[in-house]
Amino acid sequence: MKRLILLLPLALFLAIAVVLYRGMFLDPSELPSALIDKPFPAFSLPSVQDGKTITLADIKGKPALVNVWATWCISCRVEHPVLNKIAKLGVNIYGVNYKDDNAEAQKWLKEFHNPYQLNISDAKGSLGVDLGVYGAPETFLIDKDGIIRHKFVGVIDDNVWRDQLAPLYQAMIDEAKP
Amino acid sequence: MKHLTWRRVCAALLLGLALVSTAHAAIDTYEFKTEAERERYRHLTEELRCPKCQNQNIADSNAPIALDLRAEIYKKIEGGESDQQIIDYLVARYGNFVLYKPPVTARTLVLWYGPAALLIGGFVLLAVIVLGKRRRKAERYEGLSTDEQQRLAAVLNQAPLDKKD
Repeated sequence: MKRLILLLPLALFLAIAVVLYRGMFLDPSELPSALIDKPFPAFSLPSVQDGKTITLADIKGKPALVNVWATWCISCRVEHPVLNKIAKLGVNIYGVNYKDDNAEAQKWLKEFHNPYQLNISDAKGSLGVDLGVYGAPETFLIDKDGIIRHKFVGVIDDNVWRDQLAPLYQAMIDEAKP
Repeated sequence: MKHLTWRRVCAALLLGLALVSTAHAAIDTYEFKTEAERERYRHLTEELRCPKCQNQNIADSNAPIALDLRAEIYKKIEGGESDQQIIDYLVARYGNFVLYKPPVTARTLVLWYGPAALLIGGFVLLAVIVLGKRRRKAERYEGLSTDEQQRLAAVLNQAPLDKKD
């Protein structure tokens, strides 16, 4: 018994070391979304391309990625080619053009190719607030019923898509099939 | 000469401090109907944390999202919503992260009660050690058992006899 008590400081040290070691790999800027498993918020906003009104009903029906982007967002430029590639694979992507200049956004889509099925112009950022967006790019995975299943904050690169998002997207597709 | 430069340094420091304090706070101009509403706005923006900037409240931050949220809070106060409604609105979107005072849940139990538990645990440990030591000391000074006393008395009584022999 006495012997075991002598080991206590070592055990305590190891426990603290493990906790702190794990802390080294946590990203404090990554917030868990409060919207997981909640329905995508209702909205009625113009489209970037032609100003036609888009509502929640337009993006329901198929599993999709909803990508929040802007021309002022530098990392969105890095992400864009990856979205193009994903779109070519047949993945359904909707865009939310977040607090942006519409003319600039149209230019961007012409120049860099348009991977989005629909592009919602959220010039005032109201949909962004409803989505809990705190910085672009952010990407939501929504299922066919418009329920938000996952949120990814930051640039989607090939690895992120292959390792994290593609399996989730595939699972939603499989779910929607039967 | 030396005195003068010292003064200059002081003046420069003071000026610098003054500039820092004015540059820090984000300033918007909102017109409130009553002083109470202005006070509520001030209180809410100071209590709520900016989602983008990690360790600034909404009042202090110059991030665009903080600007939006200040506008949103202003709109809601003017619209007659209660503080709790506004807080719930933000928590529904950004999660408990926006609260500087997180609610007590299973995940935050350690955060809320951990320090108190450690303190109490420390006192308990201290008490156990101190009382244990005291008891051991008391045992040592209790002296001899009756059996031992009798033996001692016997030995003491015999001692002179033994020596004579």
